[in-house]
Amino acid sequence: MTALRDAFLSAAVALGLFGPMVGLVTVSSDHGLFLRARPIAVAVIVGLVFFGRLGMLTWRGRNRAEATRANRAFAERITRAGKYVTPVLLLAALALPFSGSRYYVDLGTLVLTYIMLGWGLNIVVGLAGLLDLGYVAFYAVGAYSYALLATTYDLGFWTCLPLAGILAGCAGVTLGFPVLRLRGDYLAIVTLGFGEIIRIVLNNWVSLTNGPNGITGIPRPTLFGLRFSMDGGDGTFAGFFNLEPATIQRVIFLYYVILGLALLTNWVSLRLRRMPLGRAWEALREDEVACRSLGINVRNTKLTAFGIGAMFGGFAGAFFATRQAFISPESFTFIESATVLAIVVLGGLGSQLGVALAAIVMVGGLEALRDFLSFLGDQMGSELFSGIASELPLYRMLIFGLALVVMMVLRPRGLVSGRTPGVSMTAPKEIDAELVAQGRS
Amino acid sequence: MLSVTGLTMRFGGLKAVDDLSFVAKVNDITAVIGPNGAGKTTVFNCITGFYSPTSGSIVLTHPDGRSYPLHKMPGHRIAARAKVARTFQNIRLFAGMTVLENLLVAQHNTLMAATGFGVLAVLGLGRYHAAEAAGIEKARFWLDAINLTARADDPAGALPYGAQRRLEIARAMCIDPVLLCLDEPAAGLNPRESEELNQLLLRIRDLGCSLLLIEHDMGVVMRISDHIVVLDHGKKISDGTPAEIRADPAVIAAYLGEGEEDEVPA
Repeated sequence: MTALRDAFLSAAVALGLFGPMVGLVTVSSDHGLFLRARPIAVAVIVGLVFFGRLGMLTWRGRNRAEATRANRAFAERITRAGKYVTPVLLLAALALPFSGSRYYVDLGTLVLTYIMLGWGLNIVVGLAGLLDLGYVAFYAVGAYSYALLATTYDLGFWTCLPLAGILAGCAGVTLGFPVLRLRGDYLAIVTLGFGEIIRIVLNNWVSLTNGPNGITGIPRPTLFGLRFSMDGGDGTFAGFFNLEPATIQRVIFLYYVILGLALLTNWVSLRLRRMPLGRAWEALREDEVACRSLGINVRNTKLTAFGIGAMFGGFAGAFFATRQAFISPESFTFIESATVLAIVVLGGLGSQLGVALAAIVMVGGLEALRDFLSFLGDQMGSELFSGIASELPLYRMLIFGLALVVMMVLRPRGLVSGRTPGVSMTAPKEIDAELVAQGRS
Repeated sequence: MLSVTGLTMRFGGLKAVDDLSFVAKVNDITAVIGPNGAGKTTVFNCITGFYSPTSGSIVLTHPDGRSYPLHKMPGHRIAARAKVARTFQNIRLFAGMTVLENLLVAQHNTLMAATGFGVLAVLGLGRYHAAEAAGIEKARFWLDAINLTARADDPAGALPYGAQRRLEIARAMCIDPVLLCLDEPAAGLNPRESEELNQLLLRIRDLGCSLLLIEHDMGVVMRISDHIVVLDHGKKISDGTPAEIRADPAVIAAYLGEGEEDEVPA
């Protein structure tokens, strides 16, 4: 009964808030601005709040122990399902270009870029527990390293890729030094600042980076020296294989390049997790003081985490530059860092599969939502919905944000929250997320 | 042999340790006792490099004759080179990692050396595989010693309290220490557990490791220590064998207390 009253109260608040904000629109006409009411939209929102609140209270009213058990059962199910999900996802990723749709391959490339960034950041945030809000800095360093090396010294993508990674890794170590003593919130603020510094330097160092105008004409990657150009002559992919030159060939090639890079990131992180270095990162996340008492060089261990995480960010950046053929500081704003961090947190700190799923949901899901909402808008021909139908896709961020909030309420430790130990005497057992530290202490 | 000479540790106006000198002999169990706030844990933190002392010296001489000035070494080197291990008053295990992983993290430096800067091991080359197998063998030895082999793959945070205490000692032993510093290992243990702890500590000593022990449980201290140092207000008030300490009037007044019959004045 209290739940019902509470829900009514929430609905009343929502009515007061959204009544003027959503219910009234200004429309300009020849006679000036006038207001139009949108009662249906308000009714929908108030209804959502009412039932949402009711549902949430009912959910919370359940026995707490039962809820924990249900959560654990869900985690176990996901882990078991993970054994099948991983190969299915991998096959789907390999097969995607055969769909032949440029849209899907482009979207897949975007999703894979974020998966790779997520896996890279996962080393720093998920394993070593160092909260990094400036990851985009290394992405930018990688992208600009490749762009500048390629346009200035006329070097190819495959030569520059490792260089971009190394330079980004060096940037990571450089950032690492001053923040060695910081943890949690303080570290987050400094890394945030570092991300902004890199962007502002790129914006203002016009003689080197061409400032806000960016760098154009960044060369595309080649396949063992074969170019993907439209002329179809000797030394091009189409010419060598006697194919009709088409842009889709390059798009698909780029897709496979990022797939390879992402899988490399995954493989290295999985291997490192079983090595002393990866274990030391995780131990650092659990308890830094204990690490020091065991003779682990905390400074070097943190720096390797920053360096290796940044290196993969740099690889992804170099790929981004070669894919876009144009980069400017605008592509490396804080929102990118936030998105990647959201992917890692949503996926479950330290979980490779979780990060991949979260990137698919966050990047692919947002696109799918836009498609769905436009479709829904097209279906709503009725006079009742006039004014909403055409704007429906604009609500996607709102819906998406709400979905993220709900997800984090239901699964506060991320989609795949357990931790699988890297070494075991008998059979490896999943470790409950409750026990795993998050590097905030 | 550990020799502490003129150790002083000042925090602002507070002298937590004041001109302390003592010697802990090889293969002895040396206990440091004293009332709360006497500076025992500060001494430990100085020895294990968590604090750098205001003045004084701490020198550890290994049985092979090499000596290490601990007061000048950075914290992680003290464990890695000078082979001084420690446990903490409030248990500091890696709660989200398994028991086995806890013991392998302790062997980090040995294992890391076998990975060829990480590159070879990531590629699956080199001698890392053998090194890891040896590491697991050592972990198994200590798990057997603390009776936790069956729980090797459970997260350390899920163990009962007494087992966590034992695991922390085993983890410290995995760095192959010459000197093991234990900060109140018997705190919160029941009599049976603290008897088991005594046996474990004696066994560790017999394996050739010296022990330095802070403890309030006099049952543990008197039964197993070879040598006791008593601190009060940062100063050493007594130093000797358990029998001597028990009879020392200064120690009785400051810490041990009089027997029941004299306790309540009329």
